[in-house]
Amino acid sequence: MLNRDEDILQAAENWQKAGHGVALATVVETWGSAPRPAGSSLVINDDGTFLGSVSGGCVEGAVVTEALDVIASGKPRMLEFGVADETAWNVGLSCGGTIRVFVEKVGQS
Amino acid sequence: MKLETLTQVNAERAARRPVIVVTDVANGEQRLVKAKDIATDPLGGELAKQLRMGKSGMIESGGKKLFLNVYAPTARLVIVGAVHISQALAPLARSLDYDVTVVDPRTAFASPERFPDVPLIAEWPDVALPPLNIDHYTAFVALTHDPKIDDPALLHAFERDCFYIGALGSRKTHAKRAERLKAQGASDTDVARIHAPIGLSIGAVSPSEIAVAIMAEITAELRLPKETAKEQAA
Repeated sequence: MLNRDEDILQAAENWQKAGHGVALATVVETWGSAPRPAGSSLVINDDGTFLGSVSGGCVEGAVVTEALDVIASGKPRMLEFGVADETAWNVGLSCGGTIRVFVEKVGQS
Repeated sequence: MKLETLTQVNAERAARRPVIVVTDVANGEQRLVKAKDIATDPLGGELAKQLRMGKSGMIESGGKKLFLNVYAPTARLVIVGAVHISQALAPLARSLDYDVTVVDPRTAFASPERFPDVPLIAEWPDVALPPLNIDHYTAFVALTHDPKIDDPALLHAFERDCFYIGALGSRKTHAKRAERLKAQGASDTDVARIHAPIGLSIGAVSPSEIAVAIMAEITAELRLPKETAKEQAA
């Protein structure tokens, strides 16, 4: 992957070591004209601070909310966003693609 | 993701070694595969293919849906020779996401006016190259036409196992170069690694067209399976 946004993984490590609850959200599948390829990721800490991008801004707000739940529960979950999804009315991808985002807690045993 | 896994991913990335994280998306189970362990991994074929393409993605294996997250180092291009072709090659390579460095001891050539926004090192190869930590994820081209500059640069590229090594010059020029390099200790295998004449054969004439031919050849070397890349070159 010839991209340059991977330093967010270093931020995830630093946050975790500083005692924050941290979640990692990663695009695992895309259909249609999804804005960011598989492997793109977003890291979120328990303050709600986030770095990176899974969609170029379309659905980050919703991902952050889900990530805070994942930090609390420790259980990973899969999210799906796209025009076919009912949540599209709220946080859909304007470009017409669909993406699946895997959200996991960092530091889970 | 376990903190230990994340720490290892970050350490491998910092060392510019590829790493792949395999996640079972049904339950979040994860393991990390380092580049050196891919060949012996049960998913070796799939992992090698994803790494070559530099692409992350889902696969199905043994009834499980697995996400392969590929972390490949940013590819670099080291250009020896701040010549006319390099002026076209540097921006083209950057648009393809390479980190580009230009080396040329001749300060009249290696001037910021000729190479805006490109890291330039106006030193001889023996001084300029070692600090660059050139590695396998580096494409290396020697374009000066001057043996005093190109030859030591190429010897350095052999040592660092660059994934692509190319040198400007006709077949005749290259035959002489091969003799000189062997006299300085290069093996037949080393010399055979040099792409010369440089670039895919597309009838390139202008410096920009030659730059396209070079980047096309580098892309083929990066992305195609090894055997196919050789056939293309033949």
